[in-house]
Formats: sequence, structure tokens, C-alpha cells
Amino acid sequence: MAQESRGGGRRPLMQMAVIAVVASVLGVALGLVIDWFPSQASTQASTIDTLYDVIIIVSVPIFFLVTGVIGFCVWRFRVRPGEEDEDGPPIHGNTKLEIVWTTVPAIMLVALCTYAFVALRDIEEAQADEQRIQVIAQQYDWSFEYPNPMGGEPIRTEELYLVKDEPVLFDITSLDVIHSFWVPDFRMKRDAVPGLTTQLRVTPDRLGTYPIVCAELCGLGHAFMRQNANVLSRRDFDAWMAEQAEGAGGAGAPASEDEEEGGEAAAQESDG
Amino acid sequence: MAMKLRAPGWYRATLYIGLGVAFALALIVVARLGYGLDPVVDVRSWLLVSLLAVPLFFLGGLGAFDTWFHWASGRPTRPDDHSQHGATSWRSYFAINTDHKVIGIQYVAPSFTFMFIGGAVAMLMRAELAQPGSQLVDGQTFNGLFSVHAALLIFLFIIPVFAGLANYVLPLMIGAPDMAFPRLNALSFWMLPVAGVMMVSSFLVGPFASGWTAYAPLSTTQPVGQMFFTIGVQFAGASSIATALNFLVTIITMRAPGMSFFRMPLLVWANFSTSLLVVIATPFIAASQFFVLLDYALGFNFFQAGANGDVLMYQHVFWFYSHPAVYIMMLPGFGIVSEIIAVKSRKPIFGYRMMAFSLLAIVVLGFTVWAHHMFTSGMQDWIRIPMMVTTAIIAVPTGIKIFSWLATLWRGVLHVDTPMLFALGFLTMFTLGGISGVALAMLPFVIHVSDSYFIVAHLHYVLFGGSLFTVYAGVYYWFPKMTGRMYDETLGRLHFWVTFVAFNITFAPMHLIGVQGMPRRVSDYAEQFANWNLIISLASFVLGLSTLVFVYNMVSSWVGGPRAPANPWRALTLEWQVSSPPPIFNFDAVPTVVGGPYEYGVPGAVHGVFKDGGAEVPPSKPTTPSVAQ
Repeated sequence: MAQESRGGGRRPLMQMAVIAVVASVLGVALGLVIDWFPSQASTQASTIDTLYDVIIIVSVPIFFLVTGVIGFCVWRFRVRPGEEDEDGPPIHGNTKLEIVWTTVPAIMLVALCTYAFVALRDIEEAQADEQRIQVIAQQYDWSFEYPNPMGGEPIRTEELYLVKDEPVLFDITSLDVIHSFWVPDFRMKRDAVPGLTTQLRVTPDRLGTYPIVCAELCGLGHAFMRQNANVLSRRDFDAWMAEQAEGAGGAGAPASEDEEEGGEAAAQESDG
Repeated sequence: MAMKLRAPGWYRATLYIGLGVAFALALIVVARLGYGLDPVVDVRSWLLVSLLAVPLFFLGGLGAFDTWFHWASGRPTRPDDHSQHGATSWRSYFAINTDHKVIGIQYVAPSFTFMFIGGAVAMLMRAELAQPGSQLVDGQTFNGLFSVHAALLIFLFIIPVFAGLANYVLPLMIGAPDMAFPRLNALSFWMLPVAGVMMVSSFLVGPFASGWTAYAPLSTTQPVGQMFFTIGVQFAGASSIATALNFLVTIITMRAPGMSFFRMPLLVWANFSTSLLVVIATPFIAASQFFVLLDYALGFNFFQAGANGDVLMYQHVFWFYSHPAVYIMMLPGFGIVSEIIAVKSRKPIFGYRMMAFSLLAIVVLGFTVWAHHMFTSGMQDWIRIPMMVTTAIIAVPTGIKIFSWLATLWRGVLHVDTPMLFALGFLTMFTLGGISGVALAMLPFVIHVSDSYFIVAHLHYVLFGGSLFTVYAGVYYWFPKMTGRMYDETLGRLHFWVTFVAFNITFAPMHLIGVQGMPRRVSDYAEQFANWNLIISLASFVLGLSTLVFVYNMVSSWVGGPRAPANPWRALTLEWQVSSPPPIFNFDAVPTVVGGPYEYGVPGAVHGVFKDGGAEVPPSKPTTPSVAQ
């Protein structure tokens, strides 16, 4: 039969396997070399980045297996002159093979889920002595409230200030529509939902200034709802906090609140 | 003139549109008088009631309800003279027609029109995104652009174009003369242009701008353009539900003798599964949008946190439809690809029964994963764990399908022409989209990338590299059957390669910029993403232009392509055993199915035989399938 000459036996399978393995190794190497993530500025970041590397190591070979088989079949089994009216061998299935490609992926996926579950527990674990900070979202900016160390009105700021290596628990709310509090360098995100207080835990571990991004469409100013998170040393943070506490009750935060309300009213007017 | 206004058609439809507007005015005047509201005429309420009422009046004027009204009024029923069957000229496509083949083309052509509008809108978006900062449009308009883009491509392209292709070929494939409910079929179709025109015309008042997801309370506090989506979706959804019921009844009751469930082509299985999803899930999006409408127009406060509303409830109801909708937009494509890969590899589908069962497994699992869209939404934390597991596990039946297609290719005689290129392109791109989907099930990772460009990349690999590639494959594959003409193979291949390359340059980098921290749905972004966005924008214009090759090929081939034989692909399924295009009632003799649909390589195998003048053709004899006509 013509089919025999078109490659029965084990040879095409071997050729296929070699191509797929070489392509997979190169693909995984490429996937690991690419600089995917922004800087790692929290303890959560390294856990998530490692998970991503594992996902790449597991999934890239699957992709190259599939594309490799397709490429190989097109190269090897493409219709050749004189075969236009021929058919392939009538293979209807192979129960063993079908059981293998049902159970092996299922086991891999359950293993991956277990790993992800452990990683999730790790990044969301409550820490001792968490600093609680209120995150208040509204169209179209963020504000942050700290308990006042001198007592009295909480301290409200437009930029986020955190202490390196000290865990934080954010209580997140929204005054109007849904927003989403995301600091890519921390890898963590949680929606700000009107009527709910959602929570997010982060332990920053790298000094610097990082962008805060609104990740949930919140209206015409959504793209511009970006502010900064500053990670300071304990000493710098204390100095900053003392300054804020002194100024509290004065100008600072309330002035910007008026401005926000003006903006909100304007947005509602445009609703007609 | 009076006659024209009384007979069903465009004149009467125009008149009825006027009546609908008047009816809406009367309704709000009466209601506002009753409540003692001032002023008595409120333009916004008039507009809203009109959006609901005018389409119904329009459909009535066009004649979509005539037979039912006639019957319901108790007059003697008129026997159907089949005057609404078959196309005589291009005008037939602009009237109520009950022929499934006409309706199939009626679906496909406007769906592509809406695809081109949605694609043009996307190119406008990419022009704005080519550089950081605002150049062409302001924030609200930009939000409108991506909202209209998504709404058109989901509700007026992918879902209906699959319904259209299936409408054409499914009754032929199972040996039925038409769909089970031809008049309902016509009504289903005509609700679609209504929805599409409504969504596009939102540009007249400022487009809806809260995304296709229309999350409350953003959507309930938007300008009035939002309602063009909220109400438009109702018509698209009603159309989907009616079509799905029609497919289910057709498949269950109208199969040719001998066509057992396990002799059905996989396209029929795929549409059976899809229809189950549509019938169960689509009422949920209808509900979610009615909630938004009632919140917006009448102050019901379902989603107003300040008035005891529940904001997260919207997302649960919405995604309970919209996640299954992902499979509604993919399973028919699985069916198309199964047909093409078997025929073009000249081999039976590997593991046919598992292919059918995996479709049903996806239907069941598809209803258990919706909250993976809400992993960072602030819902109860514990829900995330089971949803992560089901989301990962749904990759198993999908994997079964991909591996079975690969095994079907193995040792076949591959005819790598345009439909096959798109089918193979689909296999690779959908695998990539599936893999990023599994990555997105992994909770810690998705906490970082949800609502980022990684999601945009993933969903376009699934819906463009997945669904749209199968649509192209299906259109090329059945083009000879639908038009009776062959398409131009060279242009088809050119279309594939330009699309494939430009698609990857457009969407692959989005994975990277998403992980690096670029949020989706923004008109402006940080400087660090500028280079990639410029590359993406340039590639997306090439991708947009590639569709022109497709349009030119389709139009010129339909007008002047070479005549197509009945069965150019030497396929076994029944639609290829009749002339191209098929006779008005599909089969001059009812076929009898005697074997599986993909028995390629089995000597003397045949799927269906035709009784010829009462004498049955013995199943063993014909080596070439018998042809009616």
C-alpha cells in the first residue's frame, strides 16, 4: 500500500520526537531568558515569578509538541504528485493512547493547581504586626489613610508610603464605581468595590518608587488614574509620618478632597 | 401605495417604525401624567422606550410575525405555498425568508459587515495607542471604541456567523429539508441587524463606554449611549436563544433515517453542545442587562451600594453567561475544524466518540468556572480555589480534542489548501491561547496579570487565532457549496499567511507588556511600553488590511469564479452529495445513512445513500458517493 511508503513504523515518530525536544529546550530557554516582570519589590513577587517560570517550563514543551506534530505532518504527509485521489489509513482510534492523553494532562494540571494553592497560601498569609492602611478609590484618584500616631484625625495622603520589610494590610474601598488597586512591582492587586471593604496583604522588600495603577475600567479618566507607592526605610518613614502628623488638621489632604468632589460633580453632570 | 403599506416589506416596516415611536411617546405621556411628573414629555425616557418598542414594530412591519398573528386571530389558516422559500434575486436576501440556506447567507454577510466595522474601530484604537499620551480621541471616546469593538465582534460577529454557517450546512448534514421552525429562524435572523444597528448608532449620542462587560455601577451611571448596548444585547440574546432552540429540535427530531447520534458529523455535535450552552446561559445576560436598564431608567438600585444594592451580584450573573459564551464562541469552530481536518487528511477522525463526549464535558464544566473572571474582585476568598481547579481541568477535554486532531493528521494524505491552512493555524494559535488560559487559572499569577494586557493577548489568541481562524476555514470550505463557485486559491493562501504573521506580531507582544504591568482598556500608558505599542499598532494595520484580500476574493469569486462541482473536496458528509448550491428543498430523495461520516480510507465506504426511484442503492456498491440531481 502507498501508506507504507509514506512512513509507517517508528522512524517518523523518532524524527518527530527529536524535533519536538530540541524545539522545546530552545523555547523553554527563551521563555526563561525573557525579562518578563517589572522589579521584585515585595516578598510576594518572587513567589509569583517562580510560579510563572514553572508554568513556562511545563507549558512551552506542550506548545512545541503540538506545533511540532503539525509541522512534521505537513512536511512528511503532504499530498505528493500522483497521490491526489488516495486516502490515508482508516485508523479510528486507539484506546490506550486516548487514556494516556486524558490522564497525563489531568495529573499535570492537578499538580500545578496544588502548587498554585500552596503559593497562594504563602503570599496571602497573615503576618504579625501588620500596618493597616486604608485605600480609598474614587473617580479618578487614590487616597490613603494612616492612623494618626498622635491620635485624632487619620492622616490622609495622595501618595502611598510604606516601610521596607514591614508587612502591610490594605483595607480597600471605593466611593463610586469599581476600581482595582494594582502595584505591578508588588505583583498584587485587589478590586475596590463600593459598599465592600476588600483586603490585600503585601510585604515590600525593596526601597524605591513604584507606580500604582487602576486596573478596572472606571470611566473616562481610568487611563490616568496612576499614582506612586514609595517604599522607605523605617527611619525615613518615621520622619515623614511625624511631618504629616504635625500638619494634620491643617491644609494638606482636605484641600485635595475638595478638588476631587469638584471633579466628581463634573463627571455626574456629563451623565445628563 | 396603500397596498404596499399593507403588504409585509420595507414600506410597511418604515410605517411601523413611525408607529413604534408614536407608541413609545404615548406610553410615557400616559405614565408620567399618571405619576404627576413634569414635564410630561421626557426625551430620555421616550428614547429608551423607543429602543425597546421600535425594533418589535419594525419586525412586525417586515412581516416576521404575520403568519402567527393570522393564526392567532382565528382566521382560517393559509396553507404555506413556500413563496417565502429560496432566493430569486439579491432582493430575496432583504426580505423575510424561511429557507435555511437563504438565512444562512443572510447571517454570514451582515456578520462580516459588523466584523469590518469592529475591525475599523480597533484600528482607530491602535492609532491612538501607537504613542503614549492622547492624540486622536479623549478618554471617554476611547472607552467607547473598545466597548463597541468587543460588543460587535462578540454579539454580532462570532456568535451569529457560527449560527449562520451552521444554519446553512447543518440541515444538509443531517439530511433534513430545512430547520424545524423556519419562521422562527427568519425572526431570529432579523433581530440581529436590529441589535447591530442599535449598537453602531450609539455613536450618534456618544458610544457606550463601560466595556462589553458593562460592570455596574459604572454602567448604570453612564451617559445614555450605554442603553444602546443594554437594550441591543437583548435582541442579540433573544436571537441566539431562538436559534439554539431551533438547532436542538432540528437535530433531535429531523435526522435522516439511519442517522444515529453517533453517525452525526462532529459539526452537528458541536452545534448541539453549543445550543445547550446558549439555551441555559443566555437568559442570564439578558437578566443582567435588564437589571442595568431598571437601575438606570427607573432607579431600582439593584447595584447601588448606598441603597442596599449588591455590586458583585452583577458580575456573578454576567459571567454565568459570559464564561459559557466563550465556549459558545469556540465549540462551533471545533466542529468546523473536525470536518476540515478529516476531509483534508483523508482519514477518519481519531477517537470520534471521545470527540463527541469531550464537547459535552466542556458544556458541563463550562458552567463551573465563571468566577475565574472574578479572582481579584473581592468575592469570598474560598470560591477561588474550586474555580481554579475546574478552570484547569476544563483544559483536559480541550486537550483531548487537540491531540485527536493531531492523531487524525498523522499518516494522512494532507491537502494543505486554504481551509486546511486556517484549520492548522487555528490548532497552533488556539493551543497557545489554551496554554495562556491554564496559566491564567493559576491564582497567584492571575492576581498579578488580571485586567492587564496579558488578558488582551490571551483572549485574542482564543477568539481571533481560535474562533476567527475557524470561521475563515469554514467560509472557504463551504464557499463552493453556498455559492456554487470556487474561490481563488492563491488569494486564499495569501490571506492566510498575511493574517497569520500579522496576527502574531500584533498579539504576542501583548503577553509581555501585560506581565510588565500595562493595564488593559487604557488610552494612555507609561513611557516604557511605547516601543512595543508602536510595533503592535503597525502590525495591527497590516492585519486590518489583510481582510481586504479576503473580501476581494469572496466578492470576485462569487460573481465570476469558476463553477463548483457538487463535491470538490471528495467529502462523505451529506451536504456534499447534493448539487452546489443545493436544490431548494435540499434533497430530491431522502437520504438513508448507512455508516459513519468520516470513513475515509475504508474501501467502498459511504455515509449516506439516496433512494433512486424507489429502488435502494445497495450500500456496498458505490465507490464514489451517489449524487442527487
